[in-house]
Amino acid sequence: MRWVNRSIGRGNALLLGAIPLGVLALTYLFAAASRHAANPSDKILPLPGAMAEAMAALVFEADPLSGQFLFWADTLASLSRLGMGLGIATFSALLVGLVLGALPPVRATFGPTVTAIAVIPPIALLPILFITFGLGETAKVALIVVGIAPFMIRDVAGHIAALPREQVVKALTLGASSWQLLLRVALPQAMPRLIQALRLSLGPAWVFLISAEAIAADVGLGYRIFLVRRYLAMDVILPYVAWIALLAVAIDFLLNRTSRAAFGWAHKAGH
Amino acid sequence: MLSLSNVWVEYGEKVVLERISLDIAEGSFVSIIGPSGAGKSSLLRVILGQDQPSRGTITLDGEPLPKECGPDRGVVFQRYSVFPHLTVLGNTLLGLEFAQAPFAARLFGGARKAAIAQAGEMLAEVGLADSMNLYPSEMSGGMQQRLAIAQALIKRPRILLLDEPFGALDPGIRTDMHALITRLWREFGLTIVMVTHDIKEAFGLGTRVLTLDKRRHDPHAPHRYGAGVIYDIALTRKVQAEAEAQVVGITIDTFGNN
Repeated sequence: MRWVNRSIGRGNALLLGAIPLGVLALTYLFAAASRHAANPSDKILPLPGAMAEAMAALVFEADPLSGQFLFWADTLASLSRLGMGLGIATFSALLVGLVLGALPPVRATFGPTVTAIAVIPPIALLPILFITFGLGETAKVALIVVGIAPFMIRDVAGHIAALPREQVVKALTLGASSWQLLLRVALPQAMPRLIQALRLSLGPAWVFLISAEAIAADVGLGYRIFLVRRYLAMDVILPYVAWIALLAVAIDFLLNRTSRAAFGWAHKAGH
Repeated sequence: MLSLSNVWVEYGEKVVLERISLDIAEGSFVSIIGPSGAGKSSLLRVILGQDQPSRGTITLDGEPLPKECGPDRGVVFQRYSVFPHLTVLGNTLLGLEFAQAPFAARLFGGARKAAIAQAGEMLAEVGLADSMNLYPSEMSGGMQQRLAIAQALIKRPRILLLDEPFGALDPGIRTDMHALITRLWREFGLTIVMVTHDIKEAFGLGTRVLTLDKRRHDPHAPHRYGAGVIYDIALTRKVQAEAEAQVVGITIDTFGNN
């Protein structure tokens, strides 16, 4: 049977998906073990035991200086920044994207502005954000918003503008005003697309979060890995990176689930 | 009722329709046929208000047509006529909700119940009473067109415009839809303007058939002349048969008559 025709069952898919990850982990273990055989105090590829030990200190023991459980404090700080950034970006994408996509005069007026902002590399704006908002939380959240909102706005606006003309005409013949058309035709069809745009923006959002935390912060996942880099503390960095990956996957999974539960019509055959 | 006088549709240099003068009587079923590119759909869009004629006037009941689509003219397109994010019931309710709830565009409580009852009756008319909670993506093309018709008819439009409504359907389903639209046309006393590719359909359903084509053709500048109405055939025999059928109260199969 040709490969394009092969369908993989659920159990087999899990198994197949696990193979590359397993190979990766095994390769790491072999490399780490061989380095430790040559030099028992190697820091570059720590063994799982060393990682567990280092992480246990951060997860279960309060930091003697600040009295905080650093791992949880980092996670909370990063997630709240990320959550605020994603929330503001999503809300503004919905609002701006909707009117931009559905109302031609608004698109003609503000479309070029959004495009102009979207082409600026957000990291180049980081100094401006630090100068404007200071080194506190605002600048970090603002970087995430500036980084992902333009893409999301353009995605939602493009999707709404590309709705079949027949749909708009049909709504008008049913007596819709512009407001009613926005509310009952454009908004519901923008929602699943908005969630897709948010899922695609998760990666960039994490990049901007970690960058902002690396440059100016006193707590946060990005702050911690850049701090312990000075001591070559790979036994902390690697578990933190894995934890970030896990959080990202969990958020993506939740968003996908939400979209399927709330907007089932968009996930049925034919769409 | 609907009257077009000396209507031209031009896009820049290109003349699509020229000198269209028509009077469409209340209760008539007008089929528009013609070769591809003869401006059938342009004519429909002008009547619909989606496009504006470059010259001439269109009046509905003596009043000039407003410059945009409105609830006085219903429409069913070949595709994309129903909203994918709403169920059958939601699609049908939408017209009532737009009219009765200007701000929320949703009805609640008693008003919603009344609207659901009205939508239910309309859906029963088109044979979708058992499918109220399906989404369009779960339905066949024929069912989607039934829904599109119900959705348009609940607004009681003065004119119903059909743009190749059955073009994408299987022949068997198409025959069912012909029976449906004929029945609805008679029951609701509709005025229908239908664009179609199918000549048999045009003559089978219509009380009047308009043929659009170019009267003149300049081989060096094909865009210089637009299409006009070259045949305007009133199917009087059919109108009489129709009237007799109504008097004696029997239903005549309209497909067999022509």
